[in-house]
Amino acid sequence: MSNLFTVTVSVNGKLYKRTVEPRLLLSDFLRHELGLTGTHVGCEHGVCGACTILFDGQAVRSCIMFAVQANGHELTTVEGLARDVQNLHPLQQGFWEAHGLQCGYCTPGFLMTLVPFLQENPNPTEQEIREAISGNLCRCTGYQNIVEAVKLAAEKMKETNL
Amino acid sequence: MKPPPFEYYAPTTVEEALAHLTSFGYEAKVLAGGQSLIPTMNFRLAQPGVLIDLNHIPELSYIRPTEDGGLRVGAMTRQRQVERDPLVAERAPLIHETIPYIAHSQIRNRGTFGGSLAHADPAAELPAVTTALNARFRARSQSGERWIPANEFFVSLFTTALEPDELLVEVELPAMPHSLNGRSGWAFAEMARRHGDYALVCVAAVVTLDGGNRCQQARLVFLSVGDGPVEAKQAMALLTGQIPTPEAIRAAAETAAQADIAPNGDIHASADFRRHLAKVLVQQALTRAFERARSV
Repeated sequence: MSNLFTVTVSVNGKLYKRTVEPRLLLSDFLRHELGLTGTHVGCEHGVCGACTILFDGQAVRSCIMFAVQANGHELTTVEGLARDVQNLHPLQQGFWEAHGLQCGYCTPGFLMTLVPFLQENPNPTEQEIREAISGNLCRCTGYQNIVEAVKLAAEKMKETNL
Repeated sequence: MKPPPFEYYAPTTVEEALAHLTSFGYEAKVLAGGQSLIPTMNFRLAQPGVLIDLNHIPELSYIRPTEDGGLRVGAMTRQRQVERDPLVAERAPLIHETIPYIAHSQIRNRGTFGGSLAHADPAAELPAVTTALNARFRARSQSGERWIPANEFFVSLFTTALEPDELLVEVELPAMPHSLNGRSGWAFAEMARRHGDYALVCVAAVVTLDGGNRCQQARLVFLSVGDGPVEAKQAMALLTGQIPTPEAIRAAAETAAQADIAPNGDIHASADFRRHLAKVLVQQALTRAFERARSV
């Protein structure tokens, strides 16, 4: 039988401490142990991108990491993007205004993939945007409006100097 | 879709990791980036009793220049770091060109250089590219260490020459011939159904020209057409000593596709289609590689 491990982790700036089995996936840890259900689980084998979060600032898939590996690290989930509904992150605002989502299941993964992308590349070309989202699957939008949403968000971020 | 239970160890030194490998042997799996291992465990295709997590061993993550113009890359160096390293772009341009083809940025943020090699997926890019570059792999165990050349490292489907008590710790990439006053070029050509998907066929080429613009040496290595990286030996021999005209390149591509490989058909592509892709991709890769060699 597997032993138990204590995990201390910062998520969206808040410190959490839990005892877990090593086989617990990071995505399940966020959802079931911490109640942060904004991180979605789609394929559970690293293909769909719905579970993407920031791990020390970098986009990673939380369904193919173990919670025990997050010990001592800083995570950001979609819940960490906006203070409240009046103050959405420019990417969230862009998705809203450009109809970058329909059912919304894939959206958290798209957002968390795109946050570091736009930080590094504030003026992306359409080709670069399409490449950036190539690891995220959306079955509703046909991607057109997601690309538009990213362009819009890039404009907004320039205006607000975010 | 949840991994089965396992015992988890997170050593902080290579010695500690080697001690675990010695005591657990075949029961243990090494966890590097986990981007292939954890999906396999989620599906319960792999059910290792013990995981040895290398992510707490900082000494395995580095990119260092060697005196002769090559590079040494620590096995736990993230693929993303290799992708962005200016020294890799300068000294191992084929690696630099290839890494963006590996899955997606989220995967490369976690996935490691050594992990992909030790996993030896026949559809993975790095085994073929390191074979084309004649890389060497340093394996350590409690009883010592040895260097394994790339063409002996990849044994078969998901199988390397590593013994159960051995750990891949470092990869040595030799200097490109052009940094030693030779004229060399490189290219990587891949066909996948979507960007970031596993390749249907792909080929890595490294070529060297002599003073008379004849091909001194050509390295051509395929992936996704066999149980591991496949060297196009007959095509490589055909090119050697020749002036690489479009006709010579076409003949080499024909030989590579018809004589050097025996691809299988699957749901993604028939064997015939893979041969066709192989021919087209070899032509593309060789044309670009020789162009680069001529412009050095």
